[in-house]
Amino acid sequence: MCTWLSQRVEAHGAARGVPDWMKITAINVMYDHPVSAPYDHALLLDFIDPSQGVGARVGIELSATSARELVRAIEAALSSPEATSDLQQQAHI
Amino acid sequence: MLKDALLAEFVGFPGHRSDVIEGYLARPVSESSVPGMVLLHHAPGLDPWSREVVRRFATEGYACVAPHLYHRRGPGHWADVAAAGRAAGLAASMPNEQVMGDIAGAAAYLRAQPSSNGKVGVIGFCSGGRQAFLAACDVPTLDAAVDCWGGSVLPQPAAEGRPASVGVIGRAPDMSMPLLGLFGNDDSNPDRAQVDEIGRVLTELGKEHEFVRYDGAGHAFFVTDKPVYRLEQALDGWQQVFRFLDRTLKGAE
Repeated sequence: MCTWLSQRVEAHGAARGVPDWMKITAINVMYDHPVSAPYDHALLLDFIDPSQGVGARVGIELSATSARELVRAIEAALSSPEATSDLQQQAHI
Repeated sequence: MLKDALLAEFVGFPGHRSDVIEGYLARPVSESSVPGMVLLHHAPGLDPWSREVVRRFATEGYACVAPHLYHRRGPGHWADVAAAGRAAGLAASMPNEQVMGDIAGAAAYLRAQPSSNGKVGVIGFCSGGRQAFLAACDVPTLDAAVDCWGGSVLPQPAAEGRPASVGVIGRAPDMSMPLLGLFGNDDSNPDRAQVDEIGRVLTELGKEHEFVRYDGAGHAFFVTDKPVYRLEQALDGWQQVFRFLDRTLKGAE
């Protein structure tokens, strides 16, 4: 199945990336002072692989509004009929 | 003398248990002897704003070093090192004993510089404010301390994702130097009642302290790259900081 279902949400924040694909084994989630995004507090997401050192990190800092929009879009993507049907067949994911 | 000439660079010096840690140093280029300042960065780490403040101290006639308090989580870019530290929580990433050892090391490093006048103070922001408060009680080689909106000086209950904290107020009987505290009245940690309580304890113990409290300001109101910055309060706050330090570290009246 190839769903081609995509959504774009407006976002305000900052990101710190890596040059190529990396494996991730954990996600840290905080609501605290951001480093770069121009807010007093923000939703901080770090996609990491601690076994590869502290630089194995994709860091995202989102405004609270953007973070809520992202959650809504993720929920919508996972609850689409195609995804619901597919997930019933792939319970391990 | 060329006014405002300064030298700024990353340096290494022995911290807690003689571990060599990195720090960001700025000092005036001058033949005069100058006091030292240890700057404790806020929770986001040794970020551009913290380094800017280090350089500001140099322009005001202080040799200033900011130990990278997350250093042991590295190596790596300061922001990645800080992210790893923050995720582990305050107690694990910056244990009090380790931070106090790093502050003592930074103070010794500053005092060993040929231009030192022998005096060294400490200033900290946010989590660094609490650490500056504790240093005033735990690092007797310091001569003065400035706590900028340090949270969790008093005991804090546990919250989801954060363990309870016993605070550092219990160490107040050991405070051995003058303390200046700056606080925004709209802050929630420490809030007004908590600042009242900290002041009450210090007064009861007869500890030399001065608290300056600002209406219309919350947490971190010196931080120029965030919306919480408050121009008028920050300008006055910096005047208070240098008035206090010029008196305690430079002998100015």
